[in-house]
Amino acid sequence: MIEQVAEPLQQSGFAKVVLELDVNNHPGVMSHICNLFARRAFNMEGILCMPMADAGRSRIWLLVFEDQRLEQMILQLEKLVDVLSVRRHGAEHEVFERLERFFH
Amino acid sequence: MMEMSGAELIVRLLERQGIRTIAGIPGGAILPLYDALAASTEIRHVLARHEQGAGFIAQGMARVSGRPEVCFASSGPGATNLVTAIADARLDSIPLIAITGQVPLSMIGTDAFQEVDIYGMTVPVTKHNFLVRSAHELLDVIPEAFRIAMSGRPGPVLVDVPKDVQNQRVRFEAWPQPVVAEPNRPLDLKAIEEAAQMINDAEQPVLYLGGGVVHSGASALAVTLAEQAGLPTTTTLMALGTMPSDHPLSIGMLGMHAARYTNFVLEEADLLICVGARFDDRAIGRAAQFCPRARIIHIDIDPSEHNKIKAAHVAIQGDVGQVLEALLPRIKVRLRKRWLSHVDSLKARFPLQMPGLEDARSHYGLIQAVAACLDDDAIVTTDVGQHQMWVAQAYPFGRERQWLTSGGLGTMGFGLPAAIGAALAAPERTVVCFSGDGSIKMNIQELATLAEEGLKVKIVLMNNQSLGLVYQQQNLFYGKRVFASKYRGAPDFTKIAEGFGIQSLDLDQVQNPRAALAQALAAPGPCLIHASIDREQFVYPMVPPGAANTEMIGG
Ligand SMILES: Cc1ncc(C[n+]2csc(CCOP(=O)(O)OP(=O)(O)O)c2C)c(N)n1
Repeated sequence: MIEQVAEPLQQSGFAKVVLELDVNNHPGVMSHICNLFARRAFNMEGILCMPMADAGRSRIWLLVFEDQRLEQMILQLEKLVDVLSVRRHGAEHEVFERLERFFH
Repeated sequence: MMEMSGAELIVRLLERQGIRTIAGIPGGAILPLYDALAASTEIRHVLARHEQGAGFIAQGMARVSGRPEVCFASSGPGATNLVTAIADARLDSIPLIAITGQVPLSMIGTDAFQEVDIYGMTVPVTKHNFLVRSAHELLDVIPEAFRIAMSGRPGPVLVDVPKDVQNQRVRFEAWPQPVVAEPNRPLDLKAIEEAAQMINDAEQPVLYLGGGVVHSGASALAVTLAEQAGLPTTTTLMALGTMPSDHPLSIGMLGMHAARYTNFVLEEADLLICVGARFDDRAIGRAAQFCPRARIIHIDIDPSEHNKIKAAHVAIQGDVGQVLEALLPRIKVRLRKRWLSHVDSLKARFPLQMPGLEDARSHYGLIQAVAACLDDDAIVTTDVGQHQMWVAQAYPFGRERQWLTSGGLGTMGFGLPAAIGAALAAPERTVVCFSGDGSIKMNIQELATLAEEGLKVKIVLMNNQSLGLVYQQQNLFYGKRVFASKYRGAPDFTKIAEGFGIQSLDLDQVQNPRAALAQALAAPGPCLIHASIDREQFVYPMVPPGAANTEMIGG
């Protein structure tokens, strides 16, 4: 057969990106989002979620690698009904940096 | 102020949304909803014999009507039995609303009797799903489920309703309005202008139509585009019928079981205009070698399809029909004599070979003999396997929504319940279900539903005593090591049909198969037509999985 197993994509060499998602705040949202990433073996390096002042909504911060599938990942995220917006920041964004001291 | 139970509220909301038929099977956790449904004077319930059957019956209705249709199942095994039909709807973009009973809220997470996390399980196979936590939420969730199922790219939505939520009393001031599909975003006219320019300038363009054309109801516009710009037109499996197969510009279905000339024409294209299709691997073969010379215009309502498999030079997001309407006035009339005569010569040199057409007992001959008894009003469903591909190749489709097949998921067992659904949605039409002896057994219990409903569904069972497509692949690609694909037992399908109270016809036994077919297809009510098919007949041409479309075997 001609079908071949693809080499696993080494993500660690890529630059990092911070994604900022506004989402509806209810118990199923995280599973919708995590499923998208897990299924595609797209590693989430960091994840942070807190409710916003408007109690119906939450904000999710994701730290991911910028490999060639990221565009498609963002489009898929935007398709989720509970995802209201997706913004993209560079790795220099301070949200995860400030958290780092809790991981040492 | 109105007051009712959650169950009654669901039923009223479904009625108000225009639902008139629901397929399902009751069980403990959904009994309040069934009790409310029993009191409905608007909605008829069709009792399926397996929840997967109920899911495909609803799908069959939705594929014919083009609007969301509903199925019911109880918690636990009832719900898990629906999963295949939901996944199938997801891959073929079918608007389906699955409503499941769930154990009471307070018992969720306790491994209660017949508890499964159907919400969690269906996250990856639905467009969206809900676990309803109060009866009041239903006022939003049910309309929202319909809005999601039918807006943009259609798809399945699951609503899981705990039993206590069904029983909970709810008071409210006013009914929510029945929902309609959301309007689409304004079109990118600059991209449309650019696409028009590319079409006008191309020398060897090809139009590539997919299921999105069906969902948008845009066949006539697509055919007009082809005629105006002189475009040879190929369709995916899902889009068969969008351009009538006898149209002079039709070059048939592309991909794994396309005619040789179709794949050769695509190889030479300098512009590919992809409309509502998604570059599926069965359609395009090895992606890197598909249409190697062509620039690509990709029109799709789902922006995540753009650049997913093939990079588009111009990507246009929008409803296919609306985009085509905006595109058409910008398209020059072209005859393209040179290109079209080249296409014709490829067609003459590498046509689809259909041996045995004159014999109504052979595979191709049987399909065309059935077609000869019917007109375009008929609906054709299939199961999955060789018979499906032979029908796709040989049946002369003439209109959209005439052809219902499980394309994306390729689900054996789709054909019979989908045919029942089709006949429920369009009782005046004849529905033919082409099936195989493997596939029919996967939802054979729905013969009981069919007998009860007395619908005009004619099953044409092409019996090759095997899982034919598997047998074919083992012969072609696994050194003829045939394993687990030939049946040793041979059930008597005509007796099975009769046992369910359905008439049957065994073509093997009749003198004049064409006359017998004509009679069976014209008679009212259901019938199972059995025909033995030579197991050594394979579907050709065939692109080996993973190969380029030009590397076809046979045919
Ligand atoms: C539910 C399901 N299980 C397994 C398969 C894999 N499969 C694809 S075609 C096929 C054989 C189908 O046999 P039959 O229905 O007799 O049709 P034929 O190919 O003989 O025409 C199988 C097992 C499938 N598509 N769906």
